[in-house]
Amino acid sequence: MFKTLHKYASPMHFHALARRWSTPLLWLSAVLFAAGLAGGLVMAPADYQQGESFRIIYVHVPSAWLSMFAYMVMAGAGAVSLIWRVKLMDALARAAAPLGASFTALALATGSLWGKPMWGTWWVWDARLTSELLLLFLYLGYMALQSAIDDRRAAARAGAVLAVVGVVNIPIIHYSVEWWSTLHQPATITRLGAPAMATSMLIPLLLMALAFQLLFFALLFIRARSELLEFEQRSLWVRELLGQGSPR
Amino acid sequence: MLSTPPASLAILRREMLRLYRRRGQLMQPPLFFILVAVMFPFAVGGDENQLRALAPAVVWVALLLATTLSLEDIFRGDHEDGSLEQLVLLAGSLPGACALKALAHWLSTPVPLIAMAALMSAVHGLQNETRTALLVSLLLGTPVFSLVGTIGSALTVGVRGGALLLALLILPLYIPVLIFGAGAVRNATLSMASGSEYFFLAGLSVLAATLAPFAAAAGLRARLV
Amino acid sequence: MARPAVAAALEVVDVECLRGDALIFEHLSFGVPAGHVLQILGANGSGKTSLLRMLSGLAPPDSGEIRWQGEPTTTSPRWREELLYQGIAGGFSANLTVTENLEYGQALAARGALMRVSEALDRVGLGRYGDTFTGRLSSGQRQRAALARLVLIPARAWLLDEPLTALDRDGKKLLEGMLRAHTEGGGIALVATHQGLEVPASCLHTLDLDTRTVC
Repeated sequence: MFKTLHKYASPMHFHALARRWSTPLLWLSAVLFAAGLAGGLVMAPADYQQGESFRIIYVHVPSAWLSMFAYMVMAGAGAVSLIWRVKLMDALARAAAPLGASFTALALATGSLWGKPMWGTWWVWDARLTSELLLLFLYLGYMALQSAIDDRRAAARAGAVLAVVGVVNIPIIHYSVEWWSTLHQPATITRLGAPAMATSMLIPLLLMALAFQLLFFALLFIRARSELLEFEQRSLWVRELLGQGSPR
Repeated sequence: MLSTPPASLAILRREMLRLYRRRGQLMQPPLFFILVAVMFPFAVGGDENQLRALAPAVVWVALLLATTLSLEDIFRGDHEDGSLEQLVLLAGSLPGACALKALAHWLSTPVPLIAMAALMSAVHGLQNETRTALLVSLLLGTPVFSLVGTIGSALTVGVRGGALLLALLILPLYIPVLIFGAGAVRNATLSMASGSEYFFLAGLSVLAATLAPFAAAAGLRARLV
Repeated sequence: MARPAVAAALEVVDVECLRGDALIFEHLSFGVPAGHVLQILGANGSGKTSLLRMLSGLAPPDSGEIRWQGEPTTTSPRWREELLYQGIAGGFSANLTVTENLEYGQALAARGALMRVSEALDRVGLGRYGDTFTGRLSSGQRQRAALARLVLIPARAWLLDEPLTALDRDGKKLLEGMLRAHTEGGGIALVATHQGLEVPASCLHTLDLDTRTVC
């Protein structure tokens, strides 16, 4: 197994792997989306408390899960890059960031939509939403740092440090925001929690989660490919791929 | 061969000298702090009760923002005159050097700001418990500002528009300190105990003191290429 | 003249340097034996500074290996403890005095000092400027202050990036004298400069980054 890992740590081989798997993953995730949405929007019964509006959890909850997962990928790739200097990891981390930010924004938007019927406003300082908002800032900070540093490799390394610092802080931020929100949320207001889950509700949710997961990997592969091409543009395999001769 | 004083003392001494020789610049955070604190009554309206209720929050936020202004200078001057390279090459422990930089920053910016906050709270006639809570929470929490600030400063050294980028990077990391710090003072105004808040603040400071210097050193090495 | 049997050999094997997406140089190999000076020539942008920064350890080579006395510099701490690097920027704080800067440098390096700071300043002709703020010095005087650092802190290898800029004729002679003494003691020096160095030909080599020749 180590041999396979070692092989795919090489940018050239990973690029080929990513190219092969992106489209199948996209198709698979599309199928799962269809199944999940059918189950969630049509087949699952309406919640007795929240009515039809609760169905937004089929998008909100998976995107929130993926927003965290993407950050773990980003921080993990960054840590591997810093410790073992694996060039592929720089590309993966940079590729994961905009995806994670998008999922976070989606989670915020759907959270807002979910809350509007309940609270009457588009935003409240609910613990989960606030944590997601801070997570969005962590992503934006990472992306801003990448674009501010000209040297791509230095940018990736600095981003790796930032991502690892962020990952250490995420539990701290979650806990402190949780603590903070219990101070000002009287217990009577319904929190943005999923209702007690019947199996008919749970299965579509898991399908959607899996669909989002595969979508993330597909998009990650697509983005990572172009990042790799930019990182390795001087390499022989990239030049051959692009059909160019040797530079200068 | 002559012996030389310990490197850590030399680093600290140099930082304090460097900061002291530019003491005009050290006036900027306190000035900013006063400006923010003075604006608030005008914005809120002159209601004494409302002002007193908001005072802990205003002090904490103003102090946080004023500190953020000063962070860029931790490594920027060294980067510009080449002494950052000498530090990275010659220092026996780069994380140790970063920790000393954080200490020097804390002594030169947050500590004077805390003194100002103490003065202002006396002037505004805050009760004793509130004043004590304010000072204790600030003393326990501001080391995190300096320590995490060195990470941000290291990552953004030499970057155009660095100050704003720095603020974006570290503000999410400051929020837990703000939550517990302002929370502690609010508790005091409501005559409740703040023990758990102090505990968390102290814990965050210790965690930052242990980990931040290594992150800052890693950030410097990442950027120096 | 007998040379002390102190080995100080730097080997550079097949190194490559990338800055961002641009290739600065690749497949570069050379060696510097003990007691020799390597003058690094090259047009602007040819990589003199990048090479020196890479050798100093500020930036690891993108590929290839650097060996100091047989051991790779990435694993052995000796290289770091035995070199002094002088970049173009100088490395002095403008609002500290010359003495304060030098005292800081020698304490930071923690290798002891070869002489007192005042003696080092006398040696480089800055005896009267010990308490002057470094920012007030002329650029030539700042270069001399950098030379004082070389005189002060023990090192086997000197990596000097354009040390002759702004130095007058006396300053140049001073540096050349220092290089001679340094190499006679078995040390090495890598100097990036366009100007000729008046050092005994037997211990002077040249690396031209444009033509990639070593002689």
